[in-house]
Formats: sequence, structure tokens, C-alpha cells
Amino acid sequence: MGFFTDTSICIGCKACEVACKEWNQVPEDGLNFTGMSYDNTQGLGADTWRHVAFIEQPRRLGAQQVDLHHEGDGQFRWLMSSDVCKHCTQAGCLDVCPTGALFRTEFGTVVVQEDVCNGCGYCIPACPFGVIDQRKGDGRAWKCTLCYDRLKADMEPACAKACPTKSIQFGPLEELRTRAAGRVEELHQRGVSEARLYGHDPDDGVGGAGAMFLLLDEPEVYGLPPDPVVSTRQLPDMWRRAAVSALGLAGAVAVAFLGTRR
Amino acid sequence: MAECHPVGFQWVMEAKQRGATIIHVDPRFTRTSAVADIHVPLRAGSDIAFLGGIINYVIENEKWFRDYVLAYTNASFILNEEYRDTEDLDGLFSGWDEESRSYDQEKWQYEGTETQSAAGQRKKGAENEQENEQENGDSGGAGSRAGGPEGAARSQSHGSGGPSLRTHRPERDDSLQHPLCVFQVLKRHFARYTPEMVERVCGVPQDAFLRVCETLTANSGRERTTAFCYAVGWTQHSVGVQYIRTASILQLLLGNIGRPGGGIMALRGHASIQGSTDIPTLFNILPGYLPMPHAGVDTDLDTYIEGEAAAQGYWANMAAYFTSLARAWWGEAATADNDYCFDYLPRLTGSHSTYETVYAQLDGTCKGYFIVGENPAVGSANARMQRLGMANLDWLVVRDFFPIESATWWKDGPEIASGELRTEDIATEVFFFPAAAHTEKSGSFTNTQRMLQWHHQAVEPTGAVRSELWFYFHLGRIIRQKLAGSTDPMDAPLRDLVWDYPTSGALAEPSAEAVLAEINGHDAQGEPLSAYTELKDDGSTACGCWIYCGVYAEGENQAARRKPGQDQSWVAPEWGWAWPANRRILYNRASADPEGKPWSERKAYVWWDEGAGRWTGHDVPDFQEDKPPWYRSPEEARGPDAIEGDDPFIMQGDGKGWLFAPSGLADGPLPTHYEPQDSPVSNPLYPQQRNPARQIMPSRRENLYHPSAGEAGAEVFPYVATTYRLTEHHTAGGMSRWLPYLSELQPEMFCEVSPELAREAGLEHGGWATIISARQAIEARVMVTDRMAPLAVGGRTVHQIGLPYHWGANGYSTGDGANELAHLALDPNVHIQEVKAFTVDIRPGRRPDGAARLDLLRQYQERAGITLETGKGRS
Repeated sequence: MGFFTDTSICIGCKACEVACKEWNQVPEDGLNFTGMSYDNTQGLGADTWRHVAFIEQPRRLGAQQVDLHHEGDGQFRWLMSSDVCKHCTQAGCLDVCPTGALFRTEFGTVVVQEDVCNGCGYCIPACPFGVIDQRKGDGRAWKCTLCYDRLKADMEPACAKACPTKSIQFGPLEELRTRAAGRVEELHQRGVSEARLYGHDPDDGVGGAGAMFLLLDEPEVYGLPPDPVVSTRQLPDMWRRAAVSALGLAGAVAVAFLGTRR
Repeated sequence: MAECHPVGFQWVMEAKQRGATIIHVDPRFTRTSAVADIHVPLRAGSDIAFLGGIINYVIENEKWFRDYVLAYTNASFILNEEYRDTEDLDGLFSGWDEESRSYDQEKWQYEGTETQSAAGQRKKGAENEQENEQENGDSGGAGSRAGGPEGAARSQSHGSGGPSLRTHRPERDDSLQHPLCVFQVLKRHFARYTPEMVERVCGVPQDAFLRVCETLTANSGRERTTAFCYAVGWTQHSVGVQYIRTASILQLLLGNIGRPGGGIMALRGHASIQGSTDIPTLFNILPGYLPMPHAGVDTDLDTYIEGEAAAQGYWANMAAYFTSLARAWWGEAATADNDYCFDYLPRLTGSHSTYETVYAQLDGTCKGYFIVGENPAVGSANARMQRLGMANLDWLVVRDFFPIESATWWKDGPEIASGELRTEDIATEVFFFPAAAHTEKSGSFTNTQRMLQWHHQAVEPTGAVRSELWFYFHLGRIIRQKLAGSTDPMDAPLRDLVWDYPTSGALAEPSAEAVLAEINGHDAQGEPLSAYTELKDDGSTACGCWIYCGVYAEGENQAARRKPGQDQSWVAPEWGWAWPANRRILYNRASADPEGKPWSERKAYVWWDEGAGRWTGHDVPDFQEDKPPWYRSPEEARGPDAIEGDDPFIMQGDGKGWLFAPSGLADGPLPTHYEPQDSPVSNPLYPQQRNPARQIMPSRRENLYHPSAGEAGAEVFPYVATTYRLTEHHTAGGMSRWLPYLSELQPEMFCEVSPELAREAGLEHGGWATIISARQAIEARVMVTDRMAPLAVGGRTVHQIGLPYHWGANGYSTGDGANELAHLALDPNVHIQEVKAFTVDIRPGRRPDGAARLDLLRQYQERAGITLETGKGRS
């Protein structure tokens, strides 16, 4: 199970941010007027598990007609997108967790158990998206649980439930992939040629994400890595190579000893 | 709409996905613009010019829906020869009286008739209803127009009232060629609203304007309809009502009223603001828009009914509505012998709108004040004046969730800081009562679609927190106890009240359903009524609000129905209950042609079933069920019988949609572009600069007006300011600024300016700015954004400043209040403040505090040469 966030119909109301905090009792994390458009929460973190980005650009969006009279051609668009933990199929955070606090649920999602986490922080650099984060004064790692408790009670996650425009959709990943592809097709037909999917490909660097997005610009614009690769992806290979090297070394040593004996 | 009504906006997004084109017209590029197909920025305060331009386009290019207009509007009606238009009188209409600064509406009549307005100002007095929705802490202002013909506050029966045609049907010319027929007058009136003029007034380039015209007209007609949605951005102007009138004219010309997908949707500031006018918190109407009686005029019940009821249409049954209301309130005590306790009602001697009440406080005549779910010290225009008024009271009751600014100004308000007030000198006794939230009580919300939706209590209120129902029921109970032995006739209205609501639980919470049942009404046997057509004027029925009759039909709470949409028809009649009669689209007879057939299959909604001999369709027909399309009324017909078979607008005496309003509006029968009270632009359309009939308040130092373009000193306040809400906060902040999860999303007061204005005024993104009017100086963080753009208006550049108005000094997220800057020059029809367009200056840096803040204010007033008389002239 996972999310499909269709940013083309996001209206930036931030209901997802508030619903997430309310349901999961995530603390408020500071009153900061950032000047980054209407984004005052700045990014995902230990205390922000859904984050809405606001991007102001002097560019046209599809066939949208805008007549703001600035210098240049007066084109303008305001992109909004609600970001969340990707619940990777190959989850770096889970791979490196030494305590087993991070685990994969029966829904295929990745969750931290707050009573097991010892705050070692290994998971933080392991996340290619910069999602998981240590809470100040607490030390433990926190992130979106995809509302594990709600899923167990047959309820959809709080953010998806609160989203008024269905920009955030929850469901089985295969179904969401089909819906997302159809939506991109539809937008292309309507002239929004920049519509593209992100996190939908099971063969990508994280083995496919449990949260996919329909974006209207390059991922970097939204603060997303363009080609995320889980840091632990090479691990088996590395171990294999290490084993080969070790064997080789052992062989060389053996040969050396044998040679000495001679 | 996405900004202020994100939940309702889901339907707009759904419509967009199904192919609808979304047009957003707003001075700012907002979250709505971000997902619209077309965004058109315009100068705040110029909307009548914009909409008038579209009307002109529609007429000039023959884009109007001829069959609809001819049959369902007053286009063909011929006006009295005395009528003179703004075209003839340089921006004034006939009937202007310079001394009283008001119009004699007799001069706008149809040839040979006298028309009583459905809504707006009725004859006899000059008062009318007010949209008391200040979108701020709301539901304050009711008011009256100073200087109406008789000067007294005359209510209007609004929303479902009907004009009374006291003589025969007006003369008409179906060829629409008569020079005095409404259509020709309309055409002439709007002829000067050309695309060039729209560009000059609004700053909207002609190609952008024409794009809107073409899209709108391409999506109107037999096969398609267009809906208008507006919020208080349209109402809060000194010509606010005429903004809506302009949209109404346009929608009637395009055939977009009474049809699915059409209409004009007012998106109101609070969840139940519609409910607060239906069962009003306004001074001049009673439940169901019955007018409040007037002293010296409504001497007895018959005089009142005769003076207020219409002869034709459903308002002719007003006696039944009033008698049933009196029986609901006073039960057996209300009898035919005592005029159903008509004399228990107070009489109006004038206007008591929220702003006049503030003046009365400053004058010392208003001694006590209730503030309930409202925060005037932040949300009302000229907030400083609100606080100074409260400081002059004997007592003040505030009921809210948190200690809002309106409850604590006496110890920490800006006037304490400036030394204008000293806590020890303030004699006002302030009572603060914590209020229960909607989750802590049962009750109904009435939304803008007139739909009641019941909410059930989820948790008990804690501590001293109580519901409004609890507060007023027990207040009434205690007062009645104290008066039990009284023989003073003055106390009879209270002693005779039926005050027997059942209570339950440890808190003795009154039953909200019992109140709903009383509102619904019952017959002589105590059985619930099911429709207002059952109401009688002989005292045998009781009904607390006639338009709500049926909400408790068969003893069932119809508002609590929650049948999912997929389990019923697309109109979803079993979700909640809409007044009147659970009808979802008003005047839906207009969805069929004069013969009773749908205009098109695609837009079929309600139609005449020939075989069955009755109206039928997807919704409850808004028409007498068995009245055939070919019904013609006899000359002497009265009441509903006077409405003919092809008159869809059944609450109007003439059954027609009014392109021209022969009565009811204080400031003209046709909308006319006037500049806001404070404007940096000279009116390019007429020599008349401002709305001549606007309501100007008596002179006071606290409420100075600015010089406008062409007057000395106007350059001191060169920029246009407009106030608005953000998604993250709720109106005056009482429901959001105390909540950490909302406060962190928009933590500080800020102003939005274009990069061009930032350069001109030396403002730095993320820094501070001081914004100054003649009323107050406030500070805000600076948001420089391309979403604000300068406009080219009449050969010069006009800069606009966006000001969210949520903040005050209390709560978790704090800041200065934008409404401190606003003046009190009000719309003459509904007495609403003009906070969507006024002038200011802006400069970098924080404002001075304390007495220095007042010094800065005085410097500006002096520089601009402002006196008590500035801006008060007719023009």
C-alpha cells in the first residue's frame, strides 16, 4: 500500500500537514516566517512528516493564461506539492538500523518503533531523500508511519483523508501506478506536457517507492533528488566483492605459507 | 476560493477535471489562481467596471440568451418617463436629493406601477437589510443608512421577499425597441463600459478581458451554464451590493439563474453565517426575513402586515408567517385579541448597525455589549475605534474559546501602550465566558446553499466551557425567575415566553433538537408541520422560522440525514435539508423554457409533466406544483395566484428576474462604477468620483478619510491596500492563532508586495514594513512576490499591497491587525465596511511604539492636510 500525490491538483491548503500532526501527535516545531513563498515549515523532518512546498516560477503552466505585468513575458506559475516519506522497497534506513527499531510492516511500509529506537542516527545518512530525522532533545529517529495504526484499523492515512481535492490518494501500489499513468496521459493531452511521474518505477534506485508523485517540473525544483539510489543498494555486491577479496587474500596467504614451507 | 474555502473548492477541482474552465479574477495571484485556467489581476475596487464591460460585450455582440431574457426578466418592461440615467446626469440617477444625500426611488418606477422591492429598501422607510457578515469576527454589523427618506431603519424582507406590484402588470415592449424599456436603458447605461474603458479603469489588458468574455459566453446558453462564486472581496466596498447586482444582471442575460451549474454562489466567512441571517443576529429583521417593526409606523399588527406584505407572490402570506412566529415564542399568550403579542416586539427608531453601535458607545448612549464568536478589536474596520468604544461601556460580555483581543484591550491594547487609555481609568466591567466548540455541542450549520447540516456532540465541554444554547437558555431562565413576581407590563414579553426546553446531563444542557422542532413548527394538535404552505394566520400554527418549516417534518431531524451521494440521485436530496422545502436550486422553474420543457436535454432539471399535469424533475420544483406553464393570472389576482405559469421568480411580485431594480437599492437601479472612498485614481467613467449615496459616518478624529485622486494630499497615500484571509487562519484569529499547528504554518503578519513596489519603496524581502493610513500605523513582515503585479491604470502605475487581516496582539502567533488601517465609509444598502480597497503609504522598517506611533499618524494626517471634512463631500 502507498501514496500517489498528484501535485497538479494540490491547492496548498496544508490540511495534510495539520492532519498528520494531529493524528500522530507530532509536536509543533517553531514559528518561523521564512519568506519562502507560503512555506514556513521548510521541509520534512522529525517533526514534519508531510510538507507542502510552494514554488513560484516565471513560467507558463500548460495552457494556463496568466497576465501578471512584470518585466519579461509576464508568465507565472505557482507549484505546490505535498512531500512525504517514500517508504522505499529497498529502504536504506531499515537496512542500516542496528536495533531493529525500523521494520517493514505487513502493508509493505517502513515504520520506526519509538520504544526500540536508541537514537544511534545511522538511518539518517542512509536515506537518499533526507526524510528520516532525529528529534532535538529526544534523539530518536522519527518519520511518517503511513499511519500504521490507522491502516491496522482499516482506515486510510490521516493526510489522504484530510486532502480536500484528492491530491493525496492512498491505495495498493499497482492500482496507484495505473491511475498515475492515466493522469499523466490526460494532462499531456490537455497541453501540460511537463507532467511526469516520480517514484513510480519499481526498477529505480530504491526498488520503487511506496509514495509516488505526479510532478510538473524537474524533481530538484521540489527538493527531490533526481535519481535517488539507496546507499545500501551496493551492499550485497560489496559483501560479495569483499568475500572474493577475502578469499583471494586468504588464498594468497595460503600460497605464501605453502611457499614458505617449501 | 481555494484560499478561504479549500473544502468547498474540491468541487471546483472536480469540475475542472470534468472539463470545466476556471476563471479567477483577483488583484492577487492566489492558491485559486494557481489551479485556474485563466487568472486576471485587476485593480481592487474596479469590479463593476469589469463586469459592466462584460455586460456591454454580451449586449453588443448579441450573446445574450434571448428566449430566457424575454420571458423571465423585466427586459421588456417600460420605465416611467421621469427616469434619468447616469448617462443623462453625469453619474447620478433621477431622484437624487442633495440635502439628504439619498434617492427618491419613485423616480425609477415602471410606467404606471408602484413596485415594492423583494430585497433591499422597501417603501415607507429607507432601511434595508445588511449583510452583517464582516468576515472578521463576524456577525456584527447590522445597520441603517443615515439620511434615508424617513431616516428610520426599515427592514427588508430579504432572500425570499417579493416586490409588490400594487397595480396591473407593467407595460412591456417585447420587441425591446422602446427607448425606455429596461433592455434599452441597460444597453445605454453600459455602452461606455468598453474594453478600452475596462483597461483604463481596471488595469486589465483588452486581450485578457476579451478572453474572459469569450470563455464566459461560450459556456452559457441552452447547452451550457456558468456559475459565479464570490466571497467578501465583492461585498466589502462602499458599492458592495451593486457588485453583486452587476453579476446578477450578467447571469440573467446569459440565462444562468435557476439552472443547474448556474447561479451566483456567495462563499461566506463562517460555517453558519447563512444561518445567522435566516434566524438573524441582525437588528432589523426577525426570523425568516420578517422585517422588524418601526416606531410610529407599525402601530398595530394590521398596519405592519399591510405595510410590509406584498400583494403578489408568496410574501402575500406574511401574516401567517408572523402569527406562527409569535405563537412559537409566546404560545398561548399570543392571541388574536392581543395582536399575537405584536406589541411585545421592540420598535426600531433608527439604525443600530455594528458601526453605529460603536458611535453610540463613544457617545455614551450604548452602555452594555455582548461579543459572541466575534473579535471586533481585530476583525472590524477601524479596530482602534472599536476598542475606544468598548472602553466607554458599563459592561462587556465576551464569549469565545480564548481570551481574544476584544476581551483584554483594557490591559494590553495598543491604546494602553500609547497612553490614550489607562487601565485604572476604564470603568467597563468585562465578563469573559469560555465557549464550547462545535464538537462539544449539537446543532446545525446552514451553509451558503441554504443547506442545514446537523452536527452531533462528540465530547462534553470541560471546566467552565459552555455552549451558546446553554448560556442563553440559562440566562433567560434566571432572568425569568427574577421577573416571576413582576407586574410591570415591560416584563411581560419575557414572562410570557415559552421557555421550556428540556435539559439533560450534569450541565443541564438544553436539547438542540427541541429548538429545531420549535423552529420547524407544529399545528394545533402539536404535530410537526411539513411545509410553510401549511402555516395559518389564525394562531392555530406555531413556527419559529417559516422558511425552515419542514426541517423537522414527521418529527424527524431532516438536517441530520447522511445518505451517501452514490446511494441517491445526483441532486442528493437526502443529504441534510435545504430551505425552503428541501429545494436545492432556487427559481428552478427557469431551468425549463416558457412551455415547461427543458432548455436542453443536457441541462434538464425541472419540467412540466403534461400527462401527470404537474411539475417534476430532479429537484423539488420551485413552483406551484399544478400550475401549468400556460396559466395566466386574472387582473385582480393576489398572492401566489398572481404569479403566471411562466414566471419563475415567484418571490418577486412580477415573477421576473430584475435586470433593472425599480426599487430596493439606496444607490441606484443599475450598478455604476464609482471609485472607493479612498482611491488614488480619478473615476474615468463619470465626473462623480465616489458612490454619492455611500454611508459616511459622523465626523470624529478616529475615523478620518483620505483625499482621493485630484485632491490635495492624495499623493501621501499613493498605494491601494486590500485585505484578505489565508487558508491557514480563521478570520480574526480566535479559532486559529492560539493553535500551534496552524500558527506555525503562517506565524506572522506579513504584507505582500510586487518586486517593483519593493524597489520603489525600498522594502526588503523578509524585512519589516510600516503601513500607514490616517487611522493607524501597523507593521508587517515583507513578502516580495511575483504574485503581486503593478497595474497600468489610465497611463500610470498603480501598486497594490496585500494585507492578511488575521493578527492581533494575543495568542500564540501575533502581529498587527490590518483592519486598524480601514475607515468607516459604508455601503448604503447593507452598511458593510470598505476593507477590500483603500489607500495607504508603506515604508521600510518597524513602526514606532507607544506615543510615537500616534505622532507618526499625526505627521501623516498633517502632510495630507486631512481635516474632519476630508473625503466627505458628495463626489
